[in-house]
Amino acid sequence: MPLLQLKNITKRYPGVVALNHVNLDVEKGEVHALVGENGAGKSTLIKVCTGAVVPAEGQIVIGGQEFAALTPRLSVQMGIAVIYQEFNLVDGLSVAENIFLGRAIRKGIVIDRKAMANQAAEIFRQLEIDIDPNELVANLTVGYQQLVEIAKAVSQNAQILIMDEPSAPLTQAEAESLYAMVEKLKASGVTIIYISHRMKEVFRLSDRITVMRDGQIIETMNAADTNLDDLVKLMVGRELTETYPIRKDCVSDEVLLEVENLSGNGVHDINLQIRKGEVLGLAGLIGAGRTELAELLFGVKPRTGGRVVLNGKELHPRLPKEAIDCGIALVPEDRKRQGVLLDVDIKGNISMAILERISRFFTVNKKEEKRIAEHYKESIRIKTPTLEQKVKNLSGGNQQKVIIAKWLASEPTLVIFDEPTRGIDVGAKSEIYALVNRLVESGKAVLMISSEMEELIGMSDRVLVLRDGRIVGELERKEFNQETIMGLAAQG
Amino acid sequence: MKDSSPLKTIGRVAASIGKQYGIYLVLLTLVLFFSIASENFFVSSNLLNVARQVSMMGIAAVGFAFVLLLGGIDLSIGSLVSLVNIVTAWLMVNAGWNPVLAVLVALALSAAVGFSNGWIIANLQMPPIIVTLAMMIIIEGVAYLICKGLPIFGFPKSFAVIGQGYVGPVPIPVIIMAVIMGLGMFILRSTYFGRYFYAVGGNEEAAELSGIDVKRVKYLVYSLSGFFAGIAGIVILSRTNSGQVLSGKGLEFDVLTACVLGGVSVSGGVGKISNVLAGILVLGVLSNGLVLLDVSQFVQMVIKGSVLLTAVALDCLQHRKKT
Repeated sequence: MPLLQLKNITKRYPGVVALNHVNLDVEKGEVHALVGENGAGKSTLIKVCTGAVVPAEGQIVIGGQEFAALTPRLSVQMGIAVIYQEFNLVDGLSVAENIFLGRAIRKGIVIDRKAMANQAAEIFRQLEIDIDPNELVANLTVGYQQLVEIAKAVSQNAQILIMDEPSAPLTQAEAESLYAMVEKLKASGVTIIYISHRMKEVFRLSDRITVMRDGQIIETMNAADTNLDDLVKLMVGRELTETYPIRKDCVSDEVLLEVENLSGNGVHDINLQIRKGEVLGLAGLIGAGRTELAELLFGVKPRTGGRVVLNGKELHPRLPKEAIDCGIALVPEDRKRQGVLLDVDIKGNISMAILERISRFFTVNKKEEKRIAEHYKESIRIKTPTLEQKVKNLSGGNQQKVIIAKWLASEPTLVIFDEPTRGIDVGAKSEIYALVNRLVESGKAVLMISSEMEELIGMSDRVLVLRDGRIVGELERKEFNQETIMGLAAQG
Repeated sequence: MKDSSPLKTIGRVAASIGKQYGIYLVLLTLVLFFSIASENFFVSSNLLNVARQVSMMGIAAVGFAFVLLLGGIDLSIGSLVSLVNIVTAWLMVNAGWNPVLAVLVALALSAAVGFSNGWIIANLQMPPIIVTLAMMIIIEGVAYLICKGLPIFGFPKSFAVIGQGYVGPVPIPVIIMAVIMGLGMFILRSTYFGRYFYAVGGNEEAAELSGIDVKRVKYLVYSLSGFFAGIAGIVILSRTNSGQVLSGKGLEFDVLTACVLGGVSVSGGVGKISNVLAGILVLGVLSNGLVLLDVSQFVQMVIKGSVLLTAVALDCLQHRKKT
């Protein structure tokens, strides 16, 4: 009988099925790896186990006890603990105080620091971790902070330890001691669910591997019976169902953007060229540095070195304003947080980047503003009865169109799209693809960041793959497919 | 689950009416109440008096509303009124300057103080409430240092026109307030700066990514807040005919109350000058009416504090969904 069983778990969010009749068995004492692309449903699955998400259907069985849903409290009681990428430690408290946070050992009403330090030291001794329990958490490196998190879970008698991308923030040496810790915990009988994008460590640590894709479990297999190629195929193996609007080959020989040895903001030595009329796709897993690269080009974050040449002119933006003046536009990743002004109407959103241009003596030419907004409303079909509608009342797809309209109005030569179709419906998606085509057909260039493999393959003329802040591969249209891209992105 | 209880439906409709016209209803109710309660209230001389009393607040409120739109706050305007008051008086009396020159220098000073607030807030990323609180204490101290705690008087006669003069039946301070409120409305509605205030207050990150130089917007807004407070300081000086350190004491709280009553959100991005005017009139009518009814000054304080608390509570309830 498995220690943890998920039976037929389904969870729907508006417009998307995050978990689709998921069945998963986790045996006692195993290291069970969970792999899949961004958005495959791994995070939602964890949330079901921690009680953060209530599934619409299905049962959770832990040690023979059956639940329709867990609560955070119940989850802890049943021995489930999670190590997140973002730690839940209080910087200003000591290591021991963090381990016993919320259940401090007391003498009467006074906290018994000594007893806590002793018990913490005892846990560290068992786990062979070398940390002073009285040290402040703020003084520890990321790797040690993670070990404190693990010790905290152990001190709560965690039977099932879920680790979400635990190696992502660590250096190579720190990752090694993490692997040793995982093996030690396993030897002591703790069951571990290990989520990772790094295939090497998955093969090194796990007994069994479960592949998720599109909210479903694709397959669970013994790690010994499979290999990297097969795994990547399973992860990406969806049929290319969507059709992408055809665009005539319009890539010119003229280089529009040239980037040499660009570094900073977590990316290193980036070299790339984009030609006029080209869609350059930027592939990589979350945290690979794609958005970070876009931020450098757009002047959001300072660079530490390198050169950027746009249209023959060297460019060194310190603010987005300067990048925009040079002809760059950025359709950001997080629409609501970075893109739209929810309390402002459609017209005001569209004109935001060109207000100074359509003003005389500081006064906005409202007729011109209206004309431009009207023009883009028509040409990219923003569905609204009136331009005075506040943007918060629009659907996600229409909000995205408003952002694109804002940038088209600024007449850029290079448009960076960061996850251009995230969370929007199919109809709006294909309209946005058509817009991208129109942009490049009119001689502009597009840099497209996307976690949707299909979209990258369907839209790009060329794909660059990033990993750990570096370009690790460049694929021409005839070479790239889901396997080649994922293979490059997930290695290491 | 649909909620069909009639009480809730009425509540919802009332809330949506209240959101748009609430402040005018409050104003109307107060005017009716005081008209009935005191025969001296609804007479033209008293109403003009109310208008003149609120004009200082109205002048300062325009800049203050800009700051709130930006998602900030400026607690230093009361002290700044006092400082401008003292500096102008000192320049005219002790240094013997021409009133025009003294006024211009004092206004430049007030804008400079505002700019410093903006610069510190934008570049050191400090919370506006702390920066402007510190500034409030600093400039109050400076004002005391200049006048040594004593009132300064003996201005040229012509200077009194600003605060005490009339055009026809209308007091000049009221005209100044009208002009500045008109200017405020124009800035918000028609210039790109106004759009930037809403944008930065509504979503600073999106504003920056849309090419707005957020720092410059902050410099401008806090400078304007200082500048308008400076004008209020000059008007008060001319009206009282003597420079006094306490002349602006507590003004920031009255202005804050008026702005929030007028629907300017303390979380930024939402608000209109026309409704701020209504908020100011509510406060003006309230204090005038209470004086006419012989309500003690201490009771008035309790009432004003409660009004501020209620106004902010309503604002937070309205904008809770946003955060």
